[in-house]
Amino acid sequence: MNGYEHTVWILLLPLIGFVLLGLFGKKYFNKSAGIIGTALLTISAALALLTAYQYFFVNGLMNGVYPKVQALKFTWLMFSPGLSIDMGIMLDPISVMMLVVVTFVSLMVHIFSLGYMKGEERFATYYAFLGLFTFSMLALVVSSNLFQMYMFWELVGVSSYLLIGFYFQKPSAVAASKKAFIVTRFADLGFLIGILILAYYGRSLDFNTIIQTLTAQQSQGYLAAVSASFLGVSALTWGLTLVFMGGAGKSAMFPLHVWLPDAMEGPTPVSALIHAATMVVAGVYLVARLFPLFALNGASLTIVLTVGLFSALLAAVIACTQTDIKRVLAYSTMSQIGFMMFALGVSGYSGEAGLGYTASMFHLFTHAFFKSLLFLCAGAVIHLVHSNEMKDMGGLRKYMPVTNIAFLVACLAIAGIPPFAGFFSKEEILLASYNKDMLVYIVALLTSGLTAFYMFRLYFSIFFRKAAPDIHGHQGEGPFSMKLPLIILTICAIGAGFIPFGKFVSADGKPLETHFHLMFSVLPVIVALTGIAIAWWMYKKESGKVESVARSMIGLYSASKNKFYVDELYLFITKNIIFKWIGRPAAWLDRKVVDGSMNEIANGTLEVSKSIRGMQSGKVQRYALYFFAGIAFLLIAFIYIWK
Amino acid sequence: MVPVSHIVLLSTALFFIGMYGFLTRKNLITMLMAIELMLNSVNINFVAFNKYLYPGKLDGVFFSIFIIAIAAAEAAVAIAIIINLYRSHKTIDVDAASELKN
Repeated sequence: MNGYEHTVWILLLPLIGFVLLGLFGKKYFNKSAGIIGTALLTISAALALLTAYQYFFVNGLMNGVYPKVQALKFTWLMFSPGLSIDMGIMLDPISVMMLVVVTFVSLMVHIFSLGYMKGEERFATYYAFLGLFTFSMLALVVSSNLFQMYMFWELVGVSSYLLIGFYFQKPSAVAASKKAFIVTRFADLGFLIGILILAYYGRSLDFNTIIQTLTAQQSQGYLAAVSASFLGVSALTWGLTLVFMGGAGKSAMFPLHVWLPDAMEGPTPVSALIHAATMVVAGVYLVARLFPLFALNGASLTIVLTVGLFSALLAAVIACTQTDIKRVLAYSTMSQIGFMMFALGVSGYSGEAGLGYTASMFHLFTHAFFKSLLFLCAGAVIHLVHSNEMKDMGGLRKYMPVTNIAFLVACLAIAGIPPFAGFFSKEEILLASYNKDMLVYIVALLTSGLTAFYMFRLYFSIFFRKAAPDIHGHQGEGPFSMKLPLIILTICAIGAGFIPFGKFVSADGKPLETHFHLMFSVLPVIVALTGIAIAWWMYKKESGKVESVARSMIGLYSASKNKFYVDELYLFITKNIIFKWIGRPAAWLDRKVVDGSMNEIANGTLEVSKSIRGMQSGKVQRYALYFFAGIAFLLIAFIYIWK
Repeated sequence: MVPVSHIVLLSTALFFIGMYGFLTRKNLITMLMAIELMLNSVNINFVAFNKYLYPGKLDGVFFSIFIIAIAAAEAAVAIAIIINLYRSHKTIDVDAASELKN
């Protein structure tokens, strides 16, 4: 008994929803599926909030740190007394925070989908998948061991696959879902190997035990992990890097980001839930979960820093030229996750040095709100104009006042304008990188300027630019169920930044007093405002400015427009190298050698049978003759040959 | 006493006469009789070798009696089959029953 028994219901309720709606939804609850799913998730979200309250305020600090609580633990698979796989619920500051974020955003998406997906033929299936995703994501964040995390990690991948390919009549959606699954699966291969390495040296799958073993400098496991090396890199670094590779795949970090923009083929609320707020931050969460190990291993932390920073910048540049509004948001998500990653990369473990960790988690928290808000707004816009392309939009502020305000707030938040949520978290990230390295700081600053630019490019293109178009018979902003989540999330996007986050979440578990430096934040805000101003100058009215600017930096523009040819590169590698030099020979080997030998055996049998078929004459006397001849042969053989 | 070689010659001759009959005749009844000839040649062998090699024992004689009994049972079964064949094919020519060909 530890007072957290109810947490299991946070997980089970969405699962119940999935099973119920998945099995019987289509037949019995096709109309009421949304209500059922939403009701279950409301309870779940309320329980998550209750848990957070209980964890942070009722039980609170223990010896100056927030304790890790095992709310539930049981042995799932027992291989031998020394080796078993457990399932459990572990509560610590980040998992409690994630519980709240996941259930909350999921609830908003459930409500929004009531209006957005109305009239959909597979309405119940949609809610069933949402339930499955929510369950897996929750189970992922509360995992107490690496293996459980890996299992649910794959399960969120599956639900993401199912939801991206929800409109399976569209070939592009099918291709996108496959791409997402294969790319993340490829990354998960690294994750699995990393898990095996860490579990081997840590002598356990349990997070706490692994961290304890591999951070104790004198322990046998640590010494073995550091001294064993492969290609000149220690086993511990390999393990952590491979685990990070899994995280990079899920979190769409360069060069494994190619699936995320395509994943926008799914229904927009799904993009808000999975590809903005929850699943894609799983990689960040994973690194944060193993952060004590990363913090002690400089090499792997540098990789996290480099990959995160590069992805943030690259995605921001690409986002400036995309014309599909959901793709802009997808690249923006990738960029923001890059921010979270490199914030972890610049962080140290304890005290003031751990600011990056707190900032990363804080940004994850605030980003979940404003990015899901952006996606839901985009959903509302798409619902109205039935197109993803920017050129079909413009001047929509007349039709959608609520969406307009919500979108503006979210853009201000992501651009880092005070007092909106993103300002505080981004400020902390910038401060952490400033303390660590000047170069990182400059790149981060540039990226946040670009962020402001492309977000407001999006905003002005959708809501200004043209005179209001004449849309006949439009539904406006849709029903109340679509407006309510926007309003709630807008409030969160304004208010979430005021939470004293460092008090609750820090790398070493001790409350971290984050200081607010007024002078420091002037420069980032000016940069962001500059970005907004440029966007205003270029996109407020339809004009030739965009084209002339694009022409003036011709190489960069077309490279960015074509996403720096990463997709083409992948295509080249897979088609001309993997398929040609590995796939084809393997196929040849399979067809000619493996299948071929079997075919030859079968053919041989057939040929021999054909030639001796005549012996089956149906004449008894002929058979008797064979029989006698056989006996005579054996007789002679026994007498003269095998004496 | 008749030398054993004579008897063995007799039984061999009998066996091959039976075999020849089995392989050449088309009438099923005749074939059955040919089989009986072969069985009898075996019986002769059993009795003769028993008599000449182990005069104090009766094993070979028992075998002969068994074979005679089994041959009788077998003849009954064979004749039943032949009767059925006659009913369905209106003939007891062995070549007529070639449904299992190929």
